[in-house]
Amino acid sequence: MFLINCPYCGERDQSEFSAGGEAHIERPKQPTELSDDQWAEYLFMRKNIKGVQFERWNHAHGCRKWFNMVRDTSNDKIHAVYKMGEKPPIK
Amino acid sequence: MTRNLRITNNKFIDQTSRISFKFDGKTLYGFKGDTLASALLANNIHLVGRSFKYHRPRGIMTCGSEEPNAILQVGNDPSMTEPNTRATEIELYEGLVASSQNCWPSVNFDMGAVNNFFSPIIPAAFYYKTFMWPTNFWKLYEYFIRKSAGLGKSPTEPDKDIYDHRYLHCDVLVVGGGISGIMAAKIAAKNNLNTVLIDDKNVLGGTTLFQQNECFKINNSYSNEWIKKEIETLNSLKNLTIKTRTSLAAYHNYNYLLARENLTDHLDLNEKKDKIRQRLWKIRAKKVIIATGAMERPLIFNNNDRPGIILSYSIKKYIDYYGVKCGQKISLFTNNDSAYETAISLSNSGVSVNSVVDIRDKTNSLIVNQVEKLGIKIHWKSTVVNTNGYKKINSIEIMKLSDDGTAVVGKKIKEECDCLGISGGWTPRVHLFTQAGGKLKFRDEDNVFLPDTTELDQISIGSCNGDFELDNVIKNSVNLTNKFLKINNNNYENLEIISSKEIEKKNIWLLPSNKHLGKTKSFLDFQNDSTANDVKLALREGFKSIEHVKRYTTTGMATDQGKLSNMHALGIIAETAGVKMGELGTTTFRPPYTPLTFGAIVGRNVGEFFDIIRKTPMHEWHIENKAEFENVGQWKRAWYYPIDNENMYEAVQRESKAARDSAGILDASTLGKIDIQGSDASEFLNRVYTNAWSKLEIGKCRYGLMLNEDGMVYDDGVTTRLSENHYLMTTTTGGAANVLSKLEDYLQTEWPELDVYLTSVTDHYGTISICGPNSKKILSKIIPDLILSDKDFPHMSFKNALIDNINCRVMRISFTGEHSYEINIQSSYAKSVWEKCFEAGKEFNITPYGTETMHLLRAEKGFIIAGQDTDGTMTPVDLHMDWIISKKKYDFIGKRSLYRSDTIREDRKQLVGLLTEDPNEILEEGAQVVAETNKQPVEMLGHVTSSYFSPNLNKSIALAVVKNGKKLKGQKMFVPMKNKIINVTVTDTVFLDKENKRLNA
Repeated sequence: MFLINCPYCGERDQSEFSAGGEAHIERPKQPTELSDDQWAEYLFMRKNIKGVQFERWNHAHGCRKWFNMVRDTSNDKIHAVYKMGEKPPIK
Repeated sequence: MTRNLRITNNKFIDQTSRISFKFDGKTLYGFKGDTLASALLANNIHLVGRSFKYHRPRGIMTCGSEEPNAILQVGNDPSMTEPNTRATEIELYEGLVASSQNCWPSVNFDMGAVNNFFSPIIPAAFYYKTFMWPTNFWKLYEYFIRKSAGLGKSPTEPDKDIYDHRYLHCDVLVVGGGISGIMAAKIAAKNNLNTVLIDDKNVLGGTTLFQQNECFKINNSYSNEWIKKEIETLNSLKNLTIKTRTSLAAYHNYNYLLARENLTDHLDLNEKKDKIRQRLWKIRAKKVIIATGAMERPLIFNNNDRPGIILSYSIKKYIDYYGVKCGQKISLFTNNDSAYETAISLSNSGVSVNSVVDIRDKTNSLIVNQVEKLGIKIHWKSTVVNTNGYKKINSIEIMKLSDDGTAVVGKKIKEECDCLGISGGWTPRVHLFTQAGGKLKFRDEDNVFLPDTTELDQISIGSCNGDFELDNVIKNSVNLTNKFLKINNNNYENLEIISSKEIEKKNIWLLPSNKHLGKTKSFLDFQNDSTANDVKLALREGFKSIEHVKRYTTTGMATDQGKLSNMHALGIIAETAGVKMGELGTTTFRPPYTPLTFGAIVGRNVGEFFDIIRKTPMHEWHIENKAEFENVGQWKRAWYYPIDNENMYEAVQRESKAARDSAGILDASTLGKIDIQGSDASEFLNRVYTNAWSKLEIGKCRYGLMLNEDGMVYDDGVTTRLSENHYLMTTTTGGAANVLSKLEDYLQTEWPELDVYLTSVTDHYGTISICGPNSKKILSKIIPDLILSDKDFPHMSFKNALIDNINCRVMRISFTGEHSYEINIQSSYAKSVWEKCFEAGKEFNITPYGTETMHLLRAEKGFIIAGQDTDGTMTPVDLHMDWIISKKKYDFIGKRSLYRSDTIREDRKQLVGLLTEDPNEILEEGAQVVAETNKQPVEMLGHVTSSYFSPNLNKSIALAVVKNGKKLKGQKMFVPMKNKIINVTVTDTVFLDKENKRLNA
């Protein structure tokens, strides 16, 4: 069970959060101009890395804010959390 | 107590307070402080169970949580009885009832023991190999196999005990209250760290507590006296919380740990009542110090499983702590120095030790010399090749080992004994360390796996970290703790320690015998009855991975998870396969360390607290009016209201007719309600719904369809524009929470520039829906000053109103196709307004209807229910709802997906109506729809999603999704059922009032 440092509330138990998949996939501004393949790339294609991964998390049973997390999926180490719209603090 | 197996020892056992208990129906006596195991041994009862596969007699073998044999059924109450409990861990209490498992008719005469004679033909994986074919016979075999296997009996009635959960936060958690743990906890607490020390026993002190031996002294005191004083000083430490009878079950990532505290298991039957039985602690520790000690290993030799064969250090604990002699003529068999401690303890208590059989060549350590001084015979470089005695050991056979240790030589010596203490060295308890992801390393010198690297803030100290000598334990535990906590404590710096040192080490995983290997029974896993032969057979059959051998032979898969002998299995595998043990690795250690009760896991979340129950403000009225309820998510919704002896069908028919003929009233409070405010609210709705919202007038309502980004229908509902920048959105009952999350997600992550605020107001308002031709008349009685003409208050509009001076919102919207109104009022008033409506409607025979009738009425009109007629694969076009997709809007969620190659396919499954040839035949929801009946396999074209008998049309109606459905209108199709084929015709989805005349009736 992780201890997650919500950027708005501080350290909270994982049971208060829900995971929201890969981060930094921006919804295309002009979907109508995309080909089927380009749209499918946005819609369906997600990475599943063993190692450092950028993820979206939501403090669902807390402040209800979405934020980003850098997590190593091989050992569940959380390297960083940062607010939506912010640049990742780690590459 | 038979044969006087007790010595006077009042240190830990109160020999003045006698306790009676029952074992296998016989009344026996023990003392306060005994465990069930020590009390049984004091009564000269060793035989307590039969083995799993061969039904061999088995006796108590240890004194702790690693016990493989003495697993008993405790309690005989059908709700409280507990199977597979370890007698070595059960504290004796007045009225305890225990019995043996896996034997019939009794532990002394067990029919299943015939298996032992057939054992040569029941090797590893016998069941897999024998019962694999013919394949479909497994069902038959399984019945008999299941009957003969198994351990204890489950309780048959619900558990009456109370269990509890609590959170605990601390700076330092110390697991294990032996000498290392006590010192670490003291160091931490003295340095102002909020410290918790837990131990699974009822007292702290570990094995040091009963170590009274000249060879182990601290500052000139026996180590037991020294530790006693240390324990006394703990009580004065303010920062320290001590929890005894608390067993650490699981160690998860981020230093999150689960521990089970036994609160009443040791109390007398009448004292247990109404108290919390066990508490599960959910611990978050900043730092964790593991001081769980080590377990003694058995030795693997021929017939090493007889009752009376006990781990040597357990014999020591039974005599030194409980004052119980495990036998009168005890032999010891060892490969290390610790059995000599037992020899001294026994000798000091006046128990004669026959001899010590030691596989080592000769050693001169302090403690060995002491034993020699006592005149106890030592058989050096020897091994036990066999044991005799069926229900209790009566003799052992000893032979000399060859120089390389692989064979026995010379003459066989027979030695009579009534108990054999065995010691194969020590295994550090690294279970918790690895549960939390720690990696192990192997130390060749004494064949132990030790903690190596970890990602967490934790250390292991003492013998679980591989320190087995007293001086090393103290020195290293203190140094490691100081370093770990970044403090400098010198309380333990100048201790004068005397400690016997083990000089010689020797290990043979599988001891040789004078008999051929195939003729011996050398047990590895005592609980699952797997032998060294089984493991060797698995290797011969080609299994290489330790994980595969484990599953094939079931070694280490019993309720003790192979605590005792997994190391030997690994050793034998490594040896046979010719690999190094360090390279072979271990099987995975998984939580819980010892079995947890289900009660402890679920805590208070049982019965009505299992899940949240949501009730509408009118819930009590529904109960008073005999409603049957339906679970919709967490909601209890009125399903139908039977009168007299009506069944559901009859009630729903009556309710449906009444709603269309005169008036019906529905509790719609569970529909999700989201309050949307902000200067960009209209733009936001434009983006989340398929249709356009900018031009919706204030005071008007509009139906909206919400898609997923993949173009599939997600949810629907009516949204009302309350003012310029203020909307009230309704969602489906089940979708409310998810819709809110999804909207928040888009708002926060994709469109942060929008000025929009979302608030869930589902619980804040009660919603009363009145429908039917007389609904207008009823509403005018309740709100007389509201003008209800179609011109002033048309369909799809809303008015603010007052009922008894309370503000409410009245929407003229309809999910039944009837003229109808929805009153939204603050929850606390909803029940009284509901009753008022009911009173006012009495003259029109107003009929309360539930969800089932609501579903029927909307199906007559062909309105979909998201989640019933859709399943995440239906686009609006599939549902004939092209009209709701705005052509003008540049974008909305899911728009782009509506013209992907797959979504524009014309032969997608589409919503259709179905009419049965026989109007009285009601289709089953979920039934398949096919186009032909004589071809096999027949193509499944779709399925029925909604089906009812319509009392208003006097015929059966159904909605279905069918491949290419739009083009099939008028076609005959078939719905094959188990006993018949039902003929149906594809129709339009609207069955009643196609012109929508009733809306304004």
